[in-house]
Amino acid sequence: MSVVAALLRKDLLLELRTKESVPAMALFSVTTLVIFHFGLDRASLAGDLAAGVLWVTLLLAAMLGVNRLFVSEREQGGFDGFLLAPVDRSALLVAKAAALFAYLVAVEVVAVPAFAVLLLGPSPWPALPVLTGLLLLGDIGVAVIGTLVSALAIQTRARDLIAPLLALPLLVPVVIAGTRGTTPLLLESGSAAVALKWPLILGLYDLIFALIAYAVFDFLLED
Amino acid sequence: MYGKGLRTLSLASSLLLTAAFGLVFFYAPNDADQGFVQKIFYLHVPMAIVALGGFVAGGVMAIAHLRTRDRRWDMRSYVAIHLSLVLAVGVLVTGSIWARAAWGHWWVWNEPMLVSFLIIFLLYACYQPLRFSIEDPERQARYASVFAVIAGAFVPLNFLAVRLAQAYTHPRVLGTTGGNMPGSMRLTGLVALIGMVALFVTLWKYEMTSKHAGQQLGALRRKLAGDEEILPAGPSATPTATLPARPEA
Repeated sequence: MSVVAALLRKDLLLELRTKESVPAMALFSVTTLVIFHFGLDRASLAGDLAAGVLWVTLLLAAMLGVNRLFVSEREQGGFDGFLLAPVDRSALLVAKAAALFAYLVAVEVVAVPAFAVLLLGPSPWPALPVLTGLLLLGDIGVAVIGTLVSALAIQTRARDLIAPLLALPLLVPVVIAGTRGTTPLLLESGSAAVALKWPLILGLYDLIFALIAYAVFDFLLED
Repeated sequence: MYGKGLRTLSLASSLLLTAAFGLVFFYAPNDADQGFVQKIFYLHVPMAIVALGGFVAGGVMAIAHLRTRDRRWDMRSYVAIHLSLVLAVGVLVTGSIWARAAWGHWWVWNEPMLVSFLIIFLLYACYQPLRFSIEDPERQARYASVFAVIAGAFVPLNFLAVRLAQAYTHPRVLGTTGGNMPGSMRLTGLVALIGMVALFVTLWKYEMTSKHAGQQLGALRRKLAGDEEILPAGPSATPTATLPARPEA
């Protein structure tokens, strides 16, 4: 556990000092919202359209973080240092997924208010508690898949291409459950109840892929 | 070693497929609703089942590779996934044709099977780019296996998610119980499925035989050239063209 904490602290400290990922992801998400405004030619969105725009924007922004997640480890010998240390290798998975999760939450702190101000028609306040829950559940899934895919792609020649191409199809269930769950929250006529199955699917997805990632991650690290 | 029984298997699968097509055209009745075009079902559904089975089998073989470190398992997994990918193209094309004939559109988003299949196809389409952009053969095998395990587990989960997302707009042709198909249709479908499985196994064996022979040839050539410097590549899915060419005498 202390290993995970040390690795996570290192990643977050590195991010705080270099500001490599989160500012770019946040800026990208706001830019994407502006692009959606012009692409859809709408001043305000509600219901399924709003839910889709929000989730797709966050997902695309997440891809930037996924691409960069292991770059410093590879380029500055972080993998070698970690492999030399007599610690459980799964610690790297947990720490990286936690770091990516933290980045995603930080991006959402910027992107969701920006979305509410720029594009959302109905008031965001009644939807906020449930929306936060759905986003956090989705973030766990994105963090797990993102870490796994990033570790897979980092050793390939075309890693910036491979990572999103692998991650996006794998994350389709998250998008489905996330947008379907968010749609009733953002209706023009006010926030409605969310069917229980969507958070359940997100939770199931997180659980299954967390277990799979835990099972296979070690094989990506032995060299 | 993979060549054993290949002739019998080839004959059996061509017989089975011929029988299946015979049944499709001369025995199974035309669908009351869709008419003749419904017969594409006997090609589309077996291909889809075999492709999905092949993807999952590729994942299971990848688990065997990760557990035993035997690179032959990786090659088996590679060939299974690669063939399933070819079948998946066929599934998407026949599905599209069927959708056009039955519902008037080339693509229908509210057909969960077809949509799930497209997502799975898009995922597996990255298998070869991932694999062949890793140079070290040992790492290539390991990473490809990890991908195959993840993707194999994703197949059923994806079906679940897509199915839940869409309400059914048309009757399921092949329900959990075999649906309301008449016996003649069910029999024909079954023969077509067995034929498709036999075809898959035959093609898999052919490719394995070819890869195995290619490696033996490469090893012999290296021996002939007296070049002990070049490490034997061992079983790998990398095309044999990367092996050293025969030296000019």
